[in-house]
Amino acid sequence: MADHAAHRDHPHGLAHQFEDMPQQKESAVIGMWSFLITEILFFGGFFATYLIYRSYYPYAFFEGSSHLDILLGGINTAVLIVSSLTMAMAVHESHSGNKKRIMVYLILTGILGLTFLVIKYFEYSSKVEHGLVPGLVWHPHGEYSPQLALFFSLYFGMTGMHALHMVVGIGLLTWVFVKTAQGTYTAEYNAPIEIFGLYWHFVDIVWIFLFPLLYLLGTQGGH
Amino acid sequence: MADHHHGPTVRIYLAVFAALMFFTVLTVWVAYRDLGPFNDVVALGIACTKATIVILFFMHVKYASRLTWLMAGAGVLFLLILFAFAMADYVSRGWLGIPVSHYLQ
Amino acid sequence: MAIVERDIRTSEDAPRVNYLNNGYGLKSWLLTKDHKRIAVLYIISISIFFALGGLFASLVRFELMTPEGDLMSSDTYNKVFSMHGIIMVFFFLVPSIPATIGNFLVPIMVGAKDLAFPRVNLLSWYVYVVAGILGTIAVVGGGVDTGWTFYTPYSSTYSNSNVILTAMAAFLAGFSSILTGLNFVVTIHTMRAPGMTWFRLPLFVWSHYATSLIMLLGTPVIAITLVLLMLERGFGFGFFDPNLGGDPVLFQHLFWFYSHPAVYIMILPSMGVMSEMVACVARKRVFGYEFVAFSSVAIAILGFLVWGHHMFVSSQSTYAGMVFSVITFLVAVPSAIKTFNWTATLYKGSIVFDTPMFYVYGYLGLFLVGGLTGLFLSSMGLDIHLHDTYFVVAHFHYIMVGGQVMGYLGGMHFWWPKITGKMYPDIWGRVSALLVFLGFNLTFFPQFILGYMGMPRRYHVYPDEFQVLNVASSLGASILALGYLIPGAYLTWSIFKGPKAPDNPWGAKGLEWETTSPPPTFNFDETPLVTEEAYQYGPIEEH
Repeated sequence: MADHAAHRDHPHGLAHQFEDMPQQKESAVIGMWSFLITEILFFGGFFATYLIYRSYYPYAFFEGSSHLDILLGGINTAVLIVSSLTMAMAVHESHSGNKKRIMVYLILTGILGLTFLVIKYFEYSSKVEHGLVPGLVWHPHGEYSPQLALFFSLYFGMTGMHALHMVVGIGLLTWVFVKTAQGTYTAEYNAPIEIFGLYWHFVDIVWIFLFPLLYLLGTQGGH
Repeated sequence: MADHHHGPTVRIYLAVFAALMFFTVLTVWVAYRDLGPFNDVVALGIACTKATIVILFFMHVKYASRLTWLMAGAGVLFLLILFAFAMADYVSRGWLGIPVSHYLQ
Repeated sequence: MAIVERDIRTSEDAPRVNYLNNGYGLKSWLLTKDHKRIAVLYIISISIFFALGGLFASLVRFELMTPEGDLMSSDTYNKVFSMHGIIMVFFFLVPSIPATIGNFLVPIMVGAKDLAFPRVNLLSWYVYVVAGILGTIAVVGGGVDTGWTFYTPYSSTYSNSNVILTAMAAFLAGFSSILTGLNFVVTIHTMRAPGMTWFRLPLFVWSHYATSLIMLLGTPVIAITLVLLMLERGFGFGFFDPNLGGDPVLFQHLFWFYSHPAVYIMILPSMGVMSEMVACVARKRVFGYEFVAFSSVAIAILGFLVWGHHMFVSSQSTYAGMVFSVITFLVAVPSAIKTFNWTATLYKGSIVFDTPMFYVYGYLGLFLVGGLTGLFLSSMGLDIHLHDTYFVVAHFHYIMVGGQVMGYLGGMHFWWPKITGKMYPDIWGRVSALLVFLGFNLTFFPQFILGYMGMPRRYHVYPDEFQVLNVASSLGASILALGYLIPGAYLTWSIFKGPKAPDNPWGAKGLEWETTSPPPTFNFDETPLVTEEAYQYGPIEEH
């Protein structure tokens, strides 16, 4: 097999099924994009549901939105944007294989991701206090639209699924970080950092849409 | 394809970051202005712009092969098919003038 | 990756190291990253589910032999047909050809050593196994009675059966199929051997590419739909609940956005199998190669625009229904292109009467009937009469069983020598193919008539005048069962006692026939260089 000769000068990190590093890297990037396509359509189910109910019950949605905290949502948007920058920088540094800088940027990204989750936790617990969790703790104060529960089901469904992706992202980040610390990645072999970056940015994009759709509706009081 | 890397520079990253922050502030600011139905249009327009810059620069699609463009495009296209065909049902339900659903008023 | 490659350049008489004898322990199978071994694991596991689904089908046919519901209660009957559907769709039909024959052949046909992500491939099998175990627990623990479609609000609010567990199983099975599709897309894009251009790819690869596109674009939507269903049923979240203003029909939209294209996940791979087999039995290049290739992609894309034809009698708007109806008719065009082109390939071909030929002919006949009756159902007016009758049941069984299972069995017979390195007795192959064809028609043709006369699906009691046709159908089902059991027997026999297969027993073209039977672990001794188009069969000799 042609591999026998190649085994002697086998490039670091090249899996057996590939001929060379560019082919491996291209496969990794296309594989991640294929996965992101599935993610787009996965969240798409939520967005389609949102679109349809929003168009049928605009007032219930304005009302639900006015219960959300724009300040916390806005801070979280900023936190994710900064984390996207640090992630992009980590990928940037990985091209030169600068282990120390990659690690710094990954840590920053991880801390920002955790910050997002902590803020999200405070938001969730305030909703629980106000009895705004459909099915589980549902006793909104005063008069409320009959379809308010639809809005909050979507709110918890969408942000919850997003938060789950953040948790998975932080888990993957830890793994990439450990591998970086072990010196696995070099200027030639860094595809895992790159495709993890794609995932992280994607999760950020989902939030870029969730923030206006969920938080910013209520400002107009349902005109 | 990816053997010699022509990724964005740090300057571009910082510019993209600044643009994203600017648009975030802008979208909150606009939300407090009463534009009637255009509030939604502007909010979604800004969100799409932000997403596009993230995809082009942070996710390197601007510098990537045509296949990557195709992949990102296919995801969005089929998402729009889902929206459009599902909405086609919901907007045209009342057109015949007979009640078709007990569920949606 | 610490795979130590054994030296395969041994002398002629010593047994060659191939993927099967390269390690024997259980661990060498359960931790394998070899796509061929994973394909074999898949063959074993989907056969188990095929048998289980078949068992439930037999129960349905037993019950329907008499007009009274004397074998089981209506509750039990609801569970039996639901579990037949769920197991057959999610655990057999969707992975049937892609995860087995496709997994085995796609890398070999493009001239690669393996799929792009061997570990993801193994993960996909494990996810499938976990899904299968969850599904089995749901079956053993009381079953599920929602039908395979899980329609709300019955599934989310009223059903007392194991809906969440089953939905979880279907969710995981979908995840496993996403991983398979992802691997195929990347492999076909990046791992083609030198000289293997897109238009030199075998049509099997084209049809698997189209299938993978549907897996990537459609499956996540069923995943999120099942998540919404589980949230609503489990926590009382409102998405489809009419009491909260939700619309149960929205569930149907989301469900069919995947589940209609999923029909093409179930039929496109068998179309690929047919293209390979037609070319081989006729000893000719597939007529209109480019058209057959593009029609696969066209079917995949058009398949996403027609889902509303399942909802003509829901509260879907009539206008939307009209659009869906018209586009549904369009799907017939690429399907017809394929059928015509296969027929044209056979024309003036040098037909070989081996087992694969029997499956090709059987498939062409059954797919034709299944496809044409689909046009009946896509006309809105006629569908009001035929909706939820046995006409629909017969139609989709002609496609799923007459199409996909014929393709699966035909493909297994065609590539069995390559997969196992053993030959099976060809006469038995022909006998069983005939039994499948006859049994199938006797089972499902009467159901067209029953449906047209107005017998609804999913009921276990029916008026006396339907009994003759129902008994005929049950009789056919037993012949069909025999037609499935016989290959199970002789194929198993051939593994142990069958004569050794030559590298190319059918005299077929294609990279998979140029390597040994069974292939070595990395498929080829040297990366192949492709210099000619697919199916370059020589001029036909006069016999």
